[in-house]
Amino acid sequence: MKTKKLFRFDFWNIVTLIIVVVFALFLIYPLFSLFASGFKDSETQAFTLDNFARFFQKKYYLRTLWHSFLVTTCTTILAVAIGAPLAYFTTVYKVKLKGLIDILIIISMLSPPFIGAYSWIVLGGRSGIVTKFFRNVFGIETPSVYGFGGILLVLTLKLYPYIYLYTKGALKKVDSSLSEAAESLGCNPFRKITTVIIPLIAPTILAGSLLVFMNALADFGTPMLIGEGYTVMPVLIYSEFISEVGGKANFAAALAVILVIITGVMFLGQKYVVNKKSFTMSSLRPIQEQKLHGWKNVLMHTMIAIVVFLSIIPQLTVVFTSFKATKGAMFTDGFSLESYKSIFSNLGSSILNTYKFGIVAIVIIVFVAMFIAYITTRRRSWITNIIDSMTMFPYIIPGSVLGITLLLAFNRKPMLLSGTAFIIILAFVVRRLPYTLRSSSAILYQISPSMEEAAISLGDSPVKTFFKVTAIMMLPGVVSGAILSWITIINELSASVILYTGSTRTMSVAIYTEVIRSSYGTAAALASILTLTTVISLLLFFKLTGKKEISL
Amino acid sequence: MSNSINIEHVIKRYGDVTIIPDLSVNIKNGEFFTLLGPSGCGKTTLLRMIAGFNSIEGGTIQFDDKVINEISAHKRNIGMVFQNYAIFPHLTVRQNVEYGLKIRRMHKPEMKKRVDEILDVVKITGYQERLPERLSGGQQQRVALARAIVIHPSVLLMDEPLSNLDAKLRIEMRSAIREVQKKVGITTVYVTHDQEEALAISDRIAIMNEGVIQQIATPEQLYTRPNNIFVSTFIGHSNLFGGTYHRDPSGAFITFKNGFQIAIPEMVQDYQDHEEVIISVRPEEFMLSEEGIEVTIKNRTFLGKFTNYELDFEKGMVIENQPSIEYSQDLGQSARIFDEGETIRLLPNKNKINVFTKCGKHSLIKGCDES
Repeated sequence: MKTKKLFRFDFWNIVTLIIVVVFALFLIYPLFSLFASGFKDSETQAFTLDNFARFFQKKYYLRTLWHSFLVTTCTTILAVAIGAPLAYFTTVYKVKLKGLIDILIIISMLSPPFIGAYSWIVLGGRSGIVTKFFRNVFGIETPSVYGFGGILLVLTLKLYPYIYLYTKGALKKVDSSLSEAAESLGCNPFRKITTVIIPLIAPTILAGSLLVFMNALADFGTPMLIGEGYTVMPVLIYSEFISEVGGKANFAAALAVILVIITGVMFLGQKYVVNKKSFTMSSLRPIQEQKLHGWKNVLMHTMIAIVVFLSIIPQLTVVFTSFKATKGAMFTDGFSLESYKSIFSNLGSSILNTYKFGIVAIVIIVFVAMFIAYITTRRRSWITNIIDSMTMFPYIIPGSVLGITLLLAFNRKPMLLSGTAFIIILAFVVRRLPYTLRSSSAILYQISPSMEEAAISLGDSPVKTFFKVTAIMMLPGVVSGAILSWITIINELSASVILYTGSTRTMSVAIYTEVIRSSYGTAAALASILTLTTVISLLLFFKLTGKKEISL
Repeated sequence: MSNSINIEHVIKRYGDVTIIPDLSVNIKNGEFFTLLGPSGCGKTTLLRMIAGFNSIEGGTIQFDDKVINEISAHKRNIGMVFQNYAIFPHLTVRQNVEYGLKIRRMHKPEMKKRVDEILDVVKITGYQERLPERLSGGQQQRVALARAIVIHPSVLLMDEPLSNLDAKLRIEMRSAIREVQKKVGITTVYVTHDQEEALAISDRIAIMNEGVIQQIATPEQLYTRPNNIFVSTFIGHSNLFGGTYHRDPSGAFITFKNGFQIAIPEMVQDYQDHEEVIISVRPEEFMLSEEGIEVTIKNRTFLGKFTNYELDFEKGMVIENQPSIEYSQDLGQSARIFDEGETIRLLPNKNKINVFTKCGKHSLIKGCDES
């Protein structure tokens, strides 16, 4: 009788084991702590449902939930209304400067959302440039950018690019023969869109909308800065957690649990739509773009220009105001480099921190992503399947919740990590691993296992084979994913704002605190540096991948 | 219901590149007409011009006597079957077939009758509620055919509809297509690069090369009396020999390079004496005969019904740069199979072989040179 060994000490089994341990320690255990503390009484530490009861009984809290739903739903609807038609027009018709439009849209998507909020405050806030202009010149009061409208504006402009990119991707997969088949059957162009094109891309748009919904729901920076009295869930969690540290941590944890459950359901819904409802299409002949003529062409270009201009306003504002002369916190006439001088003398460490933490995090992400990608595609077993599902967690955990989770888990000996650089890097790795992981797995699926088998048959050990053959062939996918991880790391705010201390402050945290202090000049200068880094990284991404698009 | 298609001097250009310089063809009402040629010869381009998906840079295309150049595709009333089927993946089989009828605002009862009928004709009634992704390639092809025919189009256009199917299914589907086409009696233009498929399915075939029609004829005519060397080597295998044309009061004859002479009864009588020509002999047009030309067998391939021999002729007899010179021996008619290295005598069949001018562009067989 053959005895089956339970465990063999080969390289990949050890890697699997290490990953399981690391996941258990830094992801499962903290999440479990979060759940547990949500059910604990803050005084006695005994099991209780009071935290949840309190949320559902008090009108104030329920209104916050309602606010979140309302602003998120409206954002999603608007994002679809802007993103989908924009994608259709740029795919089907000849549009001038298409490459530039795509790049600008992607830049606006990848810049930190709070920069949007900040810029709209600088422009249209109480003492904003545009507000003052209208007040002084025309005596007109412009509508307020604070509250519901402001959040909606900023989030829509930030999130419609997701719909745009998703829809564009789907339209690229629609073979032009489907459209021609409809025409050959006597279908006019308008009817073709409603009966063929829209049904084909509807699942993709739905999946994209759920993504937008999740992102809008989880966003912290925007409502915090521009929301003012209009409180939404992430802001509530943050303020409950921060305001009386320790005192209401259990209540904040309960709120976080509620939020995670909602995003989790959204995420499962999104997965379901992608897997079950979307059509497998492969296009041999993608849709050819046609030229529009006359007023239709002018109208289309005008609309596109307006949307793109609106989305890039934050970047323009930030760069412009960073060179404005300031007096204290106020902008004055004329230009100067005062703001830059000030940040290098006072906030230089935050710039350094961003790059330092970011580079360490990205190195860890690259290795972990390559190993996980390998074991989940080439070494399928129930363990690697569990690892595979665990890598989905970062999608459903809002950044502020992750911050609280890590803080709650690691604020005691022997695992006292709070206040260290390690915990910030940990948050970066957990939140931004999926980008690199997904593109690494995607490329690994395209590499035939026979390449590795060939190397092994020629006498290489599996470990050597991985580093000498597989890893090198994976590199293009890994690098393109890593750049996306990098860009989103340096722009990360919602977790780091909870985890930072004076010595571990990053650029995005510094921008946030400067805006809160109404020190707009220094905030603009920092944001410009951040935006510049983002744009350079993005251009590097386009250069290396040879693509003009991005998939998230 | 069905139309003839009259194509007069059409031109197709993409920027500076001319794909079709000047092409005319008349396709009769109810005919199964095939465009056959190597890839890149312009056959699909022409089909898409008829469909309305490609613009026409010159000349006219008429359905009967109506010029359709400027009519947009969705108003031409065509039925089209695409290479990749182009079945709408979000609709069931039945909804796919109904699609064109709904556009035409047909009343429910009549639509149901028509759809039922056509589903029956193409034999997919059992799958009508399925989504396309759960159909095999052959079934998808049947849906595509039904969807195109059910609208009672003026013409049916098919763009390499069988190229994505495996060999066995291809044969089954091509008889199905032919059967349905005959039953409905619709003018059909069919594009393919597969010559066997074209020969099996068509009433007439147009052989195209580099945007120019080389020959339009029935399958039998194409095979037995090709117009030029391109057609003779594109359809089936032809062995090409160098030779000279001769005539005397008794008739016209040719001389091979080794001096072997043979009279060709159907050759034209008015060609230049002693002019060089190209002689084209198909592998099955050789007969074993003591009066034949002496050849050595270089290689033998046994194929069951036939045995194929690769031949070595005396130096200088055959035209250079041919893939191979072959004799195909019918097993039912032969005493024995020869060995490699053996020498045999082969006589070309004077009633079957073809003779072309030295440039290869014209046939010297009576009635075969239209141009």
